[in-house]
Amino acid sequence: MESLFLVIATLCYLSATAGYLVYLFRDREQLHRISWTVMLVGALFHGAAVLMRAVSVGRLPVTTIQEALSLFALVFVVTYLILQLRLQLRILGSFVSPLAVIFMLSSSFLPSNVMPKSEFFKSGWVIIHVGSLFVANALFALAFSVGIMYLLQERHIKKKNFGFLYERLPSLERLDSIAHYCLMSGFPLMTAGLITGFAYAAIVWHSPWNWDPKEILSVVTWIIYAVLVHERLAVGWRGRRAAWLSILGFSAVLLTFFGASLLLSGHHSVVSGKM
Amino acid sequence: MSKIVLLGMNHKTAPVEIREQLAVACRQEVNPLHMLPHLRHVEELVFLSTCNRVEFLFTCNSLAEGIREIKAALRTHIGLPASVPLDSYLYVHEDMEAVKHLFLVASSLDSMIVGEPQILGQLKKAYRDAIEYRAVKVILNRLLHKSFSVAKRVRTETCIGSCAVSVSYAAVELARKIFGDLRDKRVLLIGAGEMAELAAEHFIRQGVHRMVVANRTLERAMELANRFKAETVSFDGFLEELKVTDIVVSSTGAQEPIIRYKDIKSRMRERRNKPLFFIDIAVPRDIDSRVNEIDNVYLYDIDDLQGVIDLNKEERLHQAQTAEHIIDEETIKFRIWMNSLSAVPTIVSVREKAETIRRNEIRKTFAQLPNLSDREKEAIEILTGSIIKKFLHDPIVFLKKKAQRDAQAVYMDFAQQLFNLNNGASGADTAPVDSENADAKDQTFTAKK
Repeated sequence: MESLFLVIATLCYLSATAGYLVYLFRDREQLHRISWTVMLVGALFHGAAVLMRAVSVGRLPVTTIQEALSLFALVFVVTYLILQLRLQLRILGSFVSPLAVIFMLSSSFLPSNVMPKSEFFKSGWVIIHVGSLFVANALFALAFSVGIMYLLQERHIKKKNFGFLYERLPSLERLDSIAHYCLMSGFPLMTAGLITGFAYAAIVWHSPWNWDPKEILSVVTWIIYAVLVHERLAVGWRGRRAAWLSILGFSAVLLTFFGASLLLSGHHSVVSGKM
Repeated sequence: MSKIVLLGMNHKTAPVEIREQLAVACRQEVNPLHMLPHLRHVEELVFLSTCNRVEFLFTCNSLAEGIREIKAALRTHIGLPASVPLDSYLYVHEDMEAVKHLFLVASSLDSMIVGEPQILGQLKKAYRDAIEYRAVKVILNRLLHKSFSVAKRVRTETCIGSCAVSVSYAAVELARKIFGDLRDKRVLLIGAGEMAELAAEHFIRQGVHRMVVANRTLERAMELANRFKAETVSFDGFLEELKVTDIVVSSTGAQEPIIRYKDIKSRMRERRNKPLFFIDIAVPRDIDSRVNEIDNVYLYDIDDLQGVIDLNKEERLHQAQTAEHIIDEETIKFRIWMNSLSAVPTIVSVREKAETIRRNEIRKTFAQLPNLSDREKEAIEILTGSIIKKFLHDPIVFLKKKAQRDAQAVYMDFAQQLFNLNNGASGADTAPVDSENADAKDQTFTAKK
């Protein structure tokens, strides 16, 4: 049942992506509405699957990288669906939905070895830690997509060379303000997520900092975003540089997520089997 | 049969001095429509006035007299003394030419900025005014309504209103791609030439309401500022303005660049890197082209803008053709209606004559037969009525059919002689009133019940 739901969700995301890619070439509002709805249906199935999993294992399903990525894809899709309602920027779907599919598909190819059962994961701290970080990362992923859109559009205008996307993409200021919004809401969440993580580590391991690779990478990521936030607020950084930095930031997020979980060992790792 | 005439002048035919007069006149409250009772040869009249055009659309019996009267009215309206020659600035279109011209105007194909949407609203207002003065009847009523629907058709079936069509339009479109909403943006005009004016007009249309003018001669700057409710700054002080400006339109006659790379580079931090869009429409150029290399600064000179326009030249040509086709089609439809309309008075007269004869004869008969019951009288009424109806059916169908032909005038004339309608047949003047959308055929049926 659970895996069936996951398959249905993946298919929904795939068809929504197909719809959105066609939307890139054909400006039909209907197309967007259908794709959005299909994506919503996908998210409902996906949510049901995650919920079943959580109930069956009795904790937040983030102990395998497969589970974690799948949950992240869900958070990402839901964040997009909600933001789309607020922003009404239909073309955004064409850039976001492929990411959702990539997250979803790669989660099913990733190893699913489970970390040894640990009482640590049942705590409410973990839910807050993971929840806020995932929402923050979803917002960063959106900022990443918007950053790509910005760079494309900026290139059109700067180089005076107008591809077909020029017509379809919104104004630079709009894109920049969306990126700004994502960043400004994502950064506090990320900070909160990290703090709860360290606090919980301090409780269970009696030391907040354990030189875990994921901890180090997370802090590096946090610093990248902190620089971006600071520059935006204090100096008025915007546009191309800000877009590049948000792309760099999200690359760091991905490195933290995959790199630390798969390649390096530490207490977030799922490969080594170490706690 | 009355003729449709359109007499007027616009930005293409009138020189600046005359257009300035127009601009003054278009702010007046006086509407020339109030002169209509004094215009003896003019039957219907619609008066359209914008700052770039003034047009009289009217119908008249005698072409020469009608035009003479309207010219005099135009002269009075814009306040030109009789000594100033006017004829060379005017265009006079008759009948289908006039209809086509009106359709072109309504769909904004004749505008200074092709595709700008204001003109339709102005035309609608002109129509409402004309209704208020009871200056429109059958023909212009129908024609104006038709022009609104033509404009709508052109707007929905082509992209005339949305694709870049002029340098200044292209500039505004680019600005919208950079800034999105332009309403809270500040525009600086450096130099106050005609191009700058046009661009400024475009920005105003997009809702820009903060505008600053810097010009070497302050007088001209103030003139322009007055027109666009803008502020002025001294020409030497414009660099300071760059800190708070978003869009710069530069069009001075300077031989050397007046804005250099370092002027901008050093100011970007103070601007907190807010985007800055330069539109350099001066030749030689006013702005160092390296400015475009600075982050968040975009520079377009006249060639770049031309390039943007050329990009969709083919598309635009295609769209213009489509629009032209729509207008031709609608003009033909209108002509067919006009033609059938001229058959209407004939048919009405024929029916009226028959009805008059019937009533007279019935009156005589009833006088001789005083014992008839009501039922019998009614039967006779019906009987005579249906005889006439059946008898006239074929001639009327014939007339209607001929109404579609070019030679209809011949048939109408023949019919009028045949039925001897011309002496004392007042019916020729009583064209069916109102019913703007009803088909001509319906009108012939309903005109006389």
